[in-house]
Amino acid sequence: MISVSVKNISKLYGAVKAVDDVSFNVQQGELFGLIGPDGAGKTSLFRILTTLLLADHGTASVNGLDVVKDYRAIRNKIGYMPGRFSLYQDLTVNENLSFFAAIFGTSIEENYALIRDIYEQIKPFGNRRAGKLSGGMKQKLALCCALIHKPEVLFLDEPTTGVDVVSRKEFWEMLARLKEQQITIVVSTPYMDEARRCDRIALMQAGKIMSVETPERIIHNFPKPVYAVGATDLYGLLKELRVDPAVESCYAFGEYLHLTVLAATTSEQSIHSIVQKYQPKNLVIKEITPTIEDSFIRLMNEQNANAENDGE
Amino acid sequence: MQKTMENKAIICRELTKEFGDFKAVDRISFEVNQGEIFGFLGANGAGKTTAMRILCGLSYPSSGEATVAGFDVYKQQEQIKKNIGYMSQKFSLYDNLTTLENIEFYGGVYGLSRPEIKERSAQLVHTLGLEKEVKKLVGDLPLGWKQKLAFSVAIFHRPKIVFLDEPTGGVDPITRRQFWDMIYEAAASGITVFVTTHYMDEAEYCHRISVMVDGRVEAIDSPANLKARFHTDSMDEVFYQLARGAKRTAD
Amino acid sequence: MKLLFVFIRKEFYHVFRDRRTLLILFGLPIVQIILFGYALSSEVKNIGIAIQDNAHDIHTAQITEKIQSSSYFKLQPAVSNYADIEQQFKNGSIKCALVFPVNFGADLLRTGGAQIQLIADASDPNTATTLTNYLQSIINSYQQQLNPNAKISYEIIPETRQLYNEEQNGSLNFVPGVIALIFMIVSTALTSVAVVREKELGTMEILLVSPLKPVMVLIAKAIPYLVLSLINFVVILVLSVFLLKVEIKGSVALLFAESILFIITCLALGLLISNVTASQQTAMLISMMGMMLPTLILTGFMFPLENMPVLFQLISHVIPSRYYYIIIKNVMLKGLGFGYVWKETLVLAFMTVSLLAIALRKFKTRLA
Repeated sequence: MISVSVKNISKLYGAVKAVDDVSFNVQQGELFGLIGPDGAGKTSLFRILTTLLLADHGTASVNGLDVVKDYRAIRNKIGYMPGRFSLYQDLTVNENLSFFAAIFGTSIEENYALIRDIYEQIKPFGNRRAGKLSGGMKQKLALCCALIHKPEVLFLDEPTTGVDVVSRKEFWEMLARLKEQQITIVVSTPYMDEARRCDRIALMQAGKIMSVETPERIIHNFPKPVYAVGATDLYGLLKELRVDPAVESCYAFGEYLHLTVLAATTSEQSIHSIVQKYQPKNLVIKEITPTIEDSFIRLMNEQNANAENDGE
Repeated sequence: MQKTMENKAIICRELTKEFGDFKAVDRISFEVNQGEIFGFLGANGAGKTTAMRILCGLSYPSSGEATVAGFDVYKQQEQIKKNIGYMSQKFSLYDNLTTLENIEFYGGVYGLSRPEIKERSAQLVHTLGLEKEVKKLVGDLPLGWKQKLAFSVAIFHRPKIVFLDEPTGGVDPITRRQFWDMIYEAAASGITVFVTTHYMDEAEYCHRISVMVDGRVEAIDSPANLKARFHTDSMDEVFYQLARGAKRTAD
Repeated sequence: MKLLFVFIRKEFYHVFRDRRTLLILFGLPIVQIILFGYALSSEVKNIGIAIQDNAHDIHTAQITEKIQSSSYFKLQPAVSNYADIEQQFKNGSIKCALVFPVNFGADLLRTGGAQIQLIADASDPNTATTLTNYLQSIINSYQQQLNPNAKISYEIIPETRQLYNEEQNGSLNFVPGVIALIFMIVSTALTSVAVVREKELGTMEILLVSPLKPVMVLIAKAIPYLVLSLINFVVILVLSVFLLKVEIKGSVALLFAESILFIITCLALGLLISNVTASQQTAMLISMMGMMLPTLILTGFMFPLENMPVLFQLISHVIPSRYYYIIIKNVMLKGLGFGYVWKETLVLAFMTVSLLAIALRKFKTRLA
């Protein structure tokens, strides 16, 4: 069963296309990720789906309800965590929770099973003002508030932005447990490494969706072998390889460079002969599985190239 | 002693900042070499921001010693401010000024002469490839360009050290890498880079990183050495192992 | 109903946990009362006056003595001709002058209608008006004292203040104005800021996405400020009575009823402002410039409306506080009943209903 359906949605702000002809479906119980940088159009899309914003073109529905016509009905069925920390800073954890429970016509006890996991973690700080919580705790509280009325679909706009690695990890574990309860979750993030935690992801850039697939398929669809190249002076080597005629792309990824070449068939040997020209110290070359970020960069470059061709 | 001071951009010894009985920064000691890219990591609430404020001459420590660019954080805050650049995630550009006006304004703030400003801004606009955008309002520039411009402005007065507070948040992966190109170039020209980030792959671009947990520096080394020490090949895992035990929950 | 209660309780938490709001709420009325009651009072003190006494009889001497003993005036050496008066006006030693004609005393007793000439420096028209009023009232009281049964037959244009404020207590006039001003600050400015803050915080997004009805958000936001405004009203009344010695002559119940009406007007304005602005600063600025400034200037409580250019006088008719000011002045200071203020009440009620209707219509169920 399709839970969220987006068909040819566009949203313009003046001349800027924030969302540009976007279409995708999310199945019920799926954990669906919108991956892309700021300005990709993720937030606009969320606001259209949560009935806060009207699209200029296209249609969208949530659990079969139209986001324009049936907006009141949708509002009862969804949970939404906006991008910014959106709780009352001057209210305590418990006051925030009971307030949001009340406006959704429920109580903390009613759906306790759903939030228990998360609530237990913030319970010790029940009387602390929300503004005095750490980033990770705020995020948990916001999630609790979004879940309190047992929504059928959960929209989380960049819940992990600006949060440290430990809290991010915990947060994704919580989402995985929520998924087990058959809640459809649509989540956005600028962190590419979080993509693999989703069932399916949409890679978004400049208002457009570049690809909608499972993370595995996206990686599998990467057309070329990727080689990790390590050396002492990585930045020096990067500058050389970028302009090497045999190299298709070369980007820094942590302690390695990720390299693809123009030649159709390659081996570690052939890469070695290209790189060796620059006499790097402590050279390491190995073929690797590309990451989502490799795919994103590749798709972005393709998109830019297309845009330039269109322009001419 | 004097000699070792000269090629250290930052020296911290037992630096402490207390708020009441809460030790936001708890006896941290480290040194940053000149021209080094130093990653300053830590969980939310570990005390990074507080430490960074002290080093930027914005607040006084409770005890301990620290020098930045050779200047004392207690007595020479003004000199520190003259010799550092600063850029935060929220940028520090005026959206309603043009590119050129922003550059000129910051040049003026740091007391550069008119001809200097003119020459350097022309050069900067050229390197960034912003020729067509000089007269555009900064608010109308794409995020990636704004970020690059903000960094360029932060090092416009050729500071000895530049502090970058989560400079690449929310930027696309290509722009993020272009941004790191700029960091490398700045470091190669002798500017010390002190950077905080939540992207663990970026931590690996640093020469050395420190990880703060509960107000203390729990680890400080090159990314490769840290990974070896924790028997893992990902920085994520290093960070996770260090910060997992954090007690503090409040920022 | 329970939902409304929860919502209102939350609003009170916001108010009581924000020191700045608290300060504005409870500090401001006190400061305003003291400021307007004492420091900013338009009362005049020790104003230079010259008297050209051409009659030199017992009456002119007694009037002169009365003026001299009044704290409002500082008598300058007597002058003998108009040129001297003009000279003193020019060098600034006097702001007004009084000329007794040759037969002053005789005219007064014979016809009861002696003439005197009052000259005031009208470069500051408000002070000039005040001064002439003071002088007239001194002369009035002298005449009454002279013959309690005599009909006052001087050509005087009594200003309401003199008529109903024999002790010339200047702060009286300010109290209704201050009340209007405080309602504007609390109900309009604070309410608009409270709504806009939710927009800035992002919580408005959640409220909108919830099944909550827009009208509920508006009511829940408005009620706490209605209550707080009423508390402020009581504080101001108490301060006025005990500190400024103002006597409440009319019905207190009527005062409260009219005040509640005006508070709702202010709340409607505040909600309207919050619906069309996106940042707290803008909301504050519009409340201040668009609402409070007109209240200060165009209601007649700081500056007499009659002295304003016609255009301003016209504009003043659409300022709600103008009507409230008239109502409060009539009820509180003159002791008049509803029969005398029903017209103003009707205008206010009409404004309130229209503002509320617009505020409700403008409340967006979406973000843009």
